[in-house]
Amino acid sequence: MSFIGQVLQWFLDGSHWQGDFGIPNRLFEHVSMSAESLVAAALIALPIGVTLGHIGRGGNLAINVSNVGRAVPSFALLVFAVQLVGIGFWPAFIALVALGIPPIVTNSYIGMREVDADVREAAKGMGMRDRAVLWQVELPIAAPLIMAGVRTSAVNIVATATLAALVAWGGLGRFIVDGLAQRDTVQLFAGALLVALLSIAVELSLTALQRITTSEGLRNETRIQEVRSTSLSAA
Amino acid sequence: MLATGVVGAVEDPWIRWSWVSGHIPVIRDALTQHIELTVIAVGIGLLIAIPLGLLAWELRLLRGPVFSLTGILYTIPSLALFAILIPFTGLTVLTAEIGLVSYTLLILIRNIVVGMDAVPPDIREAARGMGYRPLAEVLRVDLPLALPAIMAGIRIATVTTIGLVTVTALIGEGGLGSLILDGLIRDFKTPLVVGTLLSVALAIVADVGLSGAQRLLTPWSRGRSTA
Repeated sequence: MSFIGQVLQWFLDGSHWQGDFGIPNRLFEHVSMSAESLVAAALIALPIGVTLGHIGRGGNLAINVSNVGRAVPSFALLVFAVQLVGIGFWPAFIALVALGIPPIVTNSYIGMREVDADVREAAKGMGMRDRAVLWQVELPIAAPLIMAGVRTSAVNIVATATLAALVAWGGLGRFIVDGLAQRDTVQLFAGALLVALLSIAVELSLTALQRITTSEGLRNETRIQEVRSTSLSAA
Repeated sequence: MLATGVVGAVEDPWIRWSWVSGHIPVIRDALTQHIELTVIAVGIGLLIAIPLGLLAWELRLLRGPVFSLTGILYTIPSLALFAILIPFTGLTVLTAEIGLVSYTLLILIRNIVVGMDAVPPDIREAARGMGYRPLAEVLRVDLPLALPAIMAGIRIATVTTIGLVTVTALIGEGGLGSLILDGLIRDFKTPLVVGTLLSVALAIVADVGLSGAQRLLTPWSRGRSTA
């Protein structure tokens, strides 16, 4: 039978859709681990990035944290976490949170700084208090860039969650890691397809979400696109 | 496998210098392979990205498809991309390089297009007025002016690739990643620490070196912050 036929048969095999080792449970593990890590990373990173951007300080820190984050291999991060807390859920969680923080800090900082100074002044001139300026003016304008940061983090986290199988946690990476260990190319390939599809689905749905969270006044504005590309090449 | 905290077990320090001094050749080979894998990946990435980026910039119609395709490649997790290739190209350097090159494309092409877009139309007009033919104009006027953005792309692509090379340890390559994997498999901190520190150091050296090269190549942009 051809290789593609074998892969098809693997997907049609009912036993691969049941129980703890089945695709649905592995998918659930992958998504829930990623979601938990993303929420934790956002809870840590958003206040830091938004506050630094709002007060206009610590720009070097906010931007360099991403550069440093890029230089540290996520694989190494994961193995370090194993040395600190052993194998299983926790090292994967810690590594994923750690790698999810930098893009959110950097993008929310840049998003807040990109808010037009005139707009901020106008809001103050209208008698808005500092808190109202932050919540009603700066954050809505910065939202697209902040969401871009969250999206980058989410995609990185979902990708690296694949490696969690190496530290005895589940997720869809299990099929790849087991496939490699057992020299089972069919399982390896099928697992890789599942991981690739999940990553693309996450990327597409978050792009859509980003569009929805962009306030109406900012939609169709090419400026946002430009800001995004310059911040990307600068980060 | 994880006998931490066992009574009488010798505590594993973060770095055991005797292992380091006894494994200098191993470490050197890993570092060399890491650099080779990175340079080949970014080099081939550039060879593909420059014509494709210029084409996407010239023909707006192509931008959508080029960015979607390279975007999809960029989104697929590295381990999954290697795993998709293994049935066809096996556990080889080729598999590692195809994967690594794929990841550089989005970054490089996007920065080429952004850089070319930023070339002022006046300068382009002036070049044409001076009698530059289209190809000469692109090579001698547009590309040099787009260089800061292109170099920024090369820096990001290089640093990203240096990190991704570690993952290729799982398919039998890996450079410094093989030391990190060794640390995981044997639950031994020293190779993990050595592999990670050297990988981070390599990324910093590459970033600083490339930013220096950019300064030399674009003397007119000195004093202006470009990255």
